[in-house]
Amino acid sequence: MALYADSLALNLLRKNFNISNDDNKPIIALAGNPNTGKSTIFNGLTGLRQHTGNWPGKTVGRAEGYFKYKEEEFLIIDLPGTYSLLANSTEELIARDFICFARPDLTLVVADATNLERNLNLVLQVLELSTNTILVLNLLDEARRKGIKIDVKKLEACLQVPVIPAVAREGLGLEEIKKTCYQISKEKIKIKGFKITYSREIEEKIEELIPLLKRKLPFLQKRINWRWLALRLLEGDKTILASINTYYPIYQERVNIFQKGEVQLDGFNQVWLK
Amino acid sequence: MGLTRSGLNKENINMDNYITKRGKLDYFLPPDIQEEIRAQIVGDIYQEAEKIANKVLISPGEESALENRLDDLLTSRWLGFPLMLFLLAFIFWITIVGANLPSEILASGLFWLEGKISLFFYWLQAPGWLHGILVHGIYRTMAWVISVMFPPMAIFFPLFTLLEDLGYLPRLAFNLDNLFKRAGSHGKQALTMSMGFGCNAAGVISTRIIDSPREKLIAIITNNFVPCNGRFPTLIILASIFMHASFNNTYNSLLAAAVVVAFVLLGIIITLAVSWALSRTLLKGIPSTFTLELPPYRKPQIGRILLRSFLDRTLFVLSRAVLVAAPAGAMIWILANTGFNGSNFIQHLAVFLDPFARLIGLDGFILLAFILGLPANEIVIPILLMGYLSSGLMMEPESLDSLQRILIANGWTWVTALATMLFSLLHFPCGTTLLSIKKETGGLKWPLFTFFLTTAIAISVNFLLVQFLKIFL
Repeated sequence: MALYADSLALNLLRKNFNISNDDNKPIIALAGNPNTGKSTIFNGLTGLRQHTGNWPGKTVGRAEGYFKYKEEEFLIIDLPGTYSLLANSTEELIARDFICFARPDLTLVVADATNLERNLNLVLQVLELSTNTILVLNLLDEARRKGIKIDVKKLEACLQVPVIPAVAREGLGLEEIKKTCYQISKEKIKIKGFKITYSREIEEKIEELIPLLKRKLPFLQKRINWRWLALRLLEGDKTILASINTYYPIYQERVNIFQKGEVQLDGFNQVWLK
Repeated sequence: MGLTRSGLNKENINMDNYITKRGKLDYFLPPDIQEEIRAQIVGDIYQEAEKIANKVLISPGEESALENRLDDLLTSRWLGFPLMLFLLAFIFWITIVGANLPSEILASGLFWLEGKISLFFYWLQAPGWLHGILVHGIYRTMAWVISVMFPPMAIFFPLFTLLEDLGYLPRLAFNLDNLFKRAGSHGKQALTMSMGFGCNAAGVISTRIIDSPREKLIAIITNNFVPCNGRFPTLIILASIFMHASFNNTYNSLLAAAVVVAFVLLGIIITLAVSWALSRTLLKGIPSTFTLELPPYRKPQIGRILLRSFLDRTLFVLSRAVLVAAPAGAMIWILANTGFNGSNFIQHLAVFLDPFARLIGLDGFILLAFILGLPANEIVIPILLMGYLSSGLMMEPESLDSLQRILIANGWTWVTALATMLFSLLHFPCGTTLLSIKKETGGLKWPLFTFFLTTAIAISVNFLLVQFLKIFL
């Protein structure tokens, strides 16, 4: 029952992102740097079953579509191409908020094999937020032409997530992606995921901050990655609190942390954020 | 950029400060420590990515070795900047050396044609005022614009486009990024500024790539401080005319190129200084970070460069200059041939402006030319000449030499040239740019602000320079 209430709440929240998913299809977020062939992969996976629009309230375009593997149907959302999730730009903010708050069941990250190191920056940041991640190593043909060779098995071992080599332009790897999505959704593959260990000073501060956040923001329990939230607060990211307010505006628990009588329901967003 | 342990420990932060008594989440770490933490977080992620990449790359590929070395050189801390100045100087030098001869040929051709047109009017027995407006007003102005501005542009723009095509501009932006961040503005401003070298209106529109409204405004307001295509010819022409005089021939062209580079550099310095001042007063805030991708070097396509730079830039700027200059020429001819008390309107206006103009190293005609040149910077020099020529010195200009003679006959010294170039660099943006600012900021406030700020800076810098030089000369 609790589980049902949770999924109901999540569906409600996902409506903020213009996603209606009443039949509870697994949701996949498609992330990646610009110019990695992300759209090619999206088109390859969905075929004609897609429609485009804008992100709510933003001028950034967005595409969503469906694909089927065996009996399971997946809803896939194409996120804006970004180099990071550090919320420096509207695109990064959209991508981050989607992964953080809409909590997709799976995240596909597309990386350019000719430029692995730079692309790994985004991969690592996605992994911090979402464990269920698949890395698609695209443009492998170009990499081969340039003499770049990547040990896929080792990369899988390093990142603790499935890594799928692909040449999306020729449709290579798409079936493998679908199959892996399916296996993960059926929990046939368990993903451990990899988390960066930061410098000691930062790790110490994270340890200090997490219990405090748990105490003060209990409504976020199971809804946010505490470690990740602590990092954002340490670096003074103002957008994250604004986003929390946008996506969790009516949580009773939050009202409890205000002292009695000080807060009126109207406009407590403003009080919360000053 | 490591996170200094001492920095954190000194503060001895009480984590409860994050959440104040009223239950508000707050940002209690001081901004500079937050910034250090952010840098450290980003650094740690990059380091991890590098570590993993090194582990899994069996072979890193061969082709990039040369590119990387070139990138290291072009964006190196010590050589990046001098190399940039050297490249620019080289381009200006070729432009200056190459522009003189075609300029002469064009001028003599166009003024030979003027004689024929005059004969035609004579044959038609057209009234004198019609001949005056059409031939001495419109045609002569256009001939001036074409013969003086076309050759430098035809040489400068393909070279500049070549630099763009090679992929140098992102590297230039990379070199400047750090400076802009220190000035409190967005690193991408280096890119929008580079765009301003082409056209300030385009530069203003390109600030859309900056997301933070504060940093975008700074980039918009300061874009005008780099010379655009409309002003480069002015700078190049005046530099090659006046920096000649004091050195013998071998050094002339090199010196003139160095002067133009100095003006570009000055423009960048003033851009940074004004950005710095704005981000500490009117538009306070912390700069945001961004990722700048250095695209691979590309083999330039010479044919396309020639075509594109000719169609998109040379013809565009020239036709704009001609289109604006033609009616301006007619108007100036009318102003120059009507009047009262024995002198024409141009002279009246110039005399009226003269005392103030002298204070900032110009004269009434120059200031008038800048004011009448508001629609487009390209026509400042043509208007100036119209003004001078209307005051009785009817000279058939033939080349840069004759331009020099006209200017000297009107009392120009190298100080006047310097002051004019400086004013050209710093003064109010052209009409198109002001319109773009209005469109981008959605109101009259910021274009007016930019207009007054730039003009105030131009007047004060010019005033200080002139007074400073007066002491020493």
